Amino acid sequence: MRLLIKGGRVIDPSNGLNAIMDILVDEGRIVAVENNLADDVAEVIDAKDKLVCPGFIDMHVHLREPGLEYKEDITSGSKAAAAGGFTTVCCMPNTEPAIDNAAIASFIRERARKTGLTNVLPIGTITRGRAGNELSEMAELVSAGCIAVSDDGSPVMRADVMRNGLEYAKMFSLPVLAHCEDLNLSRDGQMHEGYYSIIYGLKGIPAEAEEVAIARDIMLARLTGGHLHVCHISTMGAVDLIREAKEEGIKVTCEVTPHHLVLSDEAVGTYDANTKVSPPLRPWEHIEALREALNEGVIDCIATDHAPHHLESKDCEYVLASPGISGLETAVALIMNELVNPGILDIERMVSLFTTGPAEILGLDRGTLTPGRVADVTLLDPNMVKTVDPAKFYSKGKNTPFGGRELKGWPYMTIRSGKIVAREGQIVG
Amino acid sequence: MQLRDKNVIMDEMGIKRALTRIAHEIIERNKGIEDVAVVGIRRRGGPLAQRLAARIEEIEGISVPVGILDITLYRDDLTTLASQPLVHRTEVNFDINGLTIVLVDDVLYTGRTVRAALDALIDLGRPKSIQLAVLIDRGHRELPIKADFIGKNVPTSHLEEIAVRVKEIDSKDEVVIQEIVKT
Amino acid sequence: MGFEQTKDLLGLRELNREDIELILNTALPMKDIIKRDIKKVPTLRGKALATVFYEPSTRTRTSFEIAGKYLSADTVNLTVNTSSVLKGESLRDTIKTIEVMGFDLMVMRHSMSGTPHYVARNTRMRIINAGDGANEHPTQALLDMFSIKEKKGSLDNLKIAIVGDILHSRVARSNIYGLSKFGCEVRVVGPSTLMPPEIEKLGVKRYYNLDEALNGVDVINVLRIQRERQQLGLFPSLDEYADLYMLSPEHLLRAKDDVLVLHPGPMNRGVEISSQLADSNVAVINEQVTNGVAVRMALLFLMMGGAKDEIAN
Repeated sequence: MRLLIKGGRVIDPSNGLNAIMDILVDEGRIVAVENNLADDVAEVIDAKDKLVCPGFIDMHVHLREPGLEYKEDITSGSKAAAAGGFTTVCCMPNTEPAIDNAAIASFIRERARKTGLTNVLPIGTITRGRAGNELSEMAELVSAGCIAVSDDGSPVMRADVMRNGLEYAKMFSLPVLAHCEDLNLSRDGQMHEGYYSIIYGLKGIPAEAEEVAIARDIMLARLTGGHLHVCHISTMGAVDLIREAKEEGIKVTCEVTPHHLVLSDEAVGTYDANTKVSPPLRPWEHIEALREALNEGVIDCIATDHAPHHLESKDCEYVLASPGISGLETAVALIMNELVNPGILDIERMVSLFTTGPAEILGLDRGTLTPGRVADVTLLDPNMVKTVDPAKFYSKGKNTPFGGRELKGWPYMTIRSGKIVAREGQIVG
Repeated sequence: MQLRDKNVIMDEMGIKRALTRIAHEIIERNKGIEDVAVVGIRRRGGPLAQRLAARIEEIEGISVPVGILDITLYRDDLTTLASQPLVHRTEVNFDINGLTIVLVDDVLYTGRTVRAALDALIDLGRPKSIQLAVLIDRGHRELPIKADFIGKNVPTSHLEEIAVRVKEIDSKDEVVIQEIVKT
Repeated sequence: MGFEQTKDLLGLRELNREDIELILNTALPMKDIIKRDIKKVPTLRGKALATVFYEPSTRTRTSFEIAGKYLSADTVNLTVNTSSVLKGESLRDTIKTIEVMGFDLMVMRHSMSGTPHYVARNTRMRIINAGDGANEHPTQALLDMFSIKEKKGSLDNLKIAIVGDILHSRVARSNIYGLSKFGCEVRVVGPSTLMPPEIEKLGVKRYYNLDEALNGVDVINVLRIQRERQQLGLFPSLDEYADLYMLSPEHLLRAKDDVLVLHPGPMNRGVEISSQLADSNVAVINEQVTNGVAVRMALLFLMMGGAKDEIAN
């Protein structure tokens, strides 16, 4: 199938492109990116007033399968990704059982292949069963297609184990994705510790619970030379630590989630458990620091930490609720509406945070529109205005604090390996 | 609903005379005022009770206990009201057991206020008897209640209201008939 | 008035000064009823109230129960063991069950902050928060304020010290919110580990030294210290706590001559308050209990006495 994407503004940071151009796609590959392309056979996509970008990559999602299919499965998660403008997602290993062996990793890839909507790349565990003690068989995980290792959600509290993990993963060029949280400092915490935690009477989690852990892991990355990738940073102290580490030449990268860029801890006041997330929502001064770090390049990519939950684990006492936000279907629009439209983040930088950023961290040959590469393309409609309606999510997780928000700037079309998989937020076919 | 004063049916002197007469009747009916106490129903029954007691003291040279009863918690119409009435204190600072209580109110109409006042009073103790004094009886009773002492009988229609004004609350003494103005 | 328009009483933070005055003024005639021989009025005949406590409490629950009974409401108490709830029925289902039995109002105590707020959103019943986690305990603060007003004549511009575990105290928070609306200077004093980090942002003054905090105060509100906080490592021992923060008669020399001492109870004598002081006439701890019933009667009347469905929702 040939596709001709005509008249859109092509924004491809990997090739330094930001111009009105046409793109020809054939047999799942990019054939040409030029002016005034014509083709008699190709299906023409009118991309006038649209932004044409390399397929977006979300390197941090929870697809819950196997084991927690009542929250999400690979099919529903793939649909959510495609509808949200993502062509590639990396799924975290906190499934049941965990992705700590080749069989589970292969199972996930097979399920994703059958669904055929999104590239799903599994992330293996750092330690067996995510227990934080013995290293996983990383060679086996790599051979089964894992592109990184992480004990996400269960930080490796033992420094010696983390040291060995970084050291061992280095042999396979695997980044170690660290959920940095000192569990002793954050114990029983429900929200950021500060003014609003006093007001709402909820046990606070100090910013330092995150920063202490980041500082340790940075030192271990320096010690080992391994690649540390810090997941979902949320504090200004985290930004400072990572900036300094990068300046020192330590191999550190990091990501930030859309919700940590747009929503502050004040939102917890309704005790709506949809605002409960780990790390917690932070005050505005932290949000400002994260936004600056995006532009400055301290932050390498935006990832959703898509954490779908079933209704009962959110429709309950705040303290008992599970943390997490279902983020795949709102990520792009939130960033467009809250950061790009008001001029806080320029569009090229935004596209790179969703494309080259994660591709470089993970060593993927995606996130680009270079002819010859896989034709993963995300089209955005910067003028589309839509209200977030969780009931219409493809994800089984309707847990979002953004329901009812009117946002401008949404994914227009998702093309994965040369095939249209989603159009205006709807799965095609 | 808006109300407009139609005509004055009792002025300051009229009220004074009526209370003086009622004071005499109370003394006469009870053969003196030993063991008699006067209790006004909030709000305008309060000042009227004070005045009656003063008048009785002028005539007999002996003071009678005076109290004020707040009947809000005994009303039978609470659930039908649009907004919450304010509750005030009941100020009956004497033992009512064995006394003859003269309940005082400004207007006797359906009798529901008096019904509530009887309940409220009995919750304070067991008086020997209870008598009822009102400045105006406008008819239209909905309960089997009747006044023992009446300042003036005023036949009215349902579309009219009686407004008793007393200096202590309204800065002048008068009784007027009001009519509903259609808006 | 704002309070009449809202369905629930979840905290003092969202009430205004007029709301609080209405409640305290209504409590006055209610207190008279408690002191009569016949301690009952028919006002809430036909209304039903459930006290649902997910945390043990004797005095608050009993206080609500008897307040309801004095007003002739039918009162039912449910004490729920939180641990069994964790395994079994969801809170939402429990509440629905209570609702469909026909209750008009539910008094709720829960160890987790924000739970009454969650429940209030999911039921037509009116909810009174009888204490949620470390968030608020509005009726305790209202009875404290009633007690202060009764003795001092007015709440305006008083100096009040709250002593003890400020970090975990819902009583402290509700008092701070309530008293601030009357221009009071509220001081909080306690060990640094039991003090929230940004407490000054609530408009209070922070002290670590008890004597300094008591300088010139009109009222001292002594909080109960929970013994399990010591086991969590928040202070070294009850002995040291008592050395630093136990209120005893000699501390009162710093305060105003007519200082009033409050304690929400139950007291740990010899830990946060000396026995001698607790039994002295500057302490109005027993009076507080009576006032608690009066304040709760006022609230039940204000929330259930009127036309219920017009105000709700």
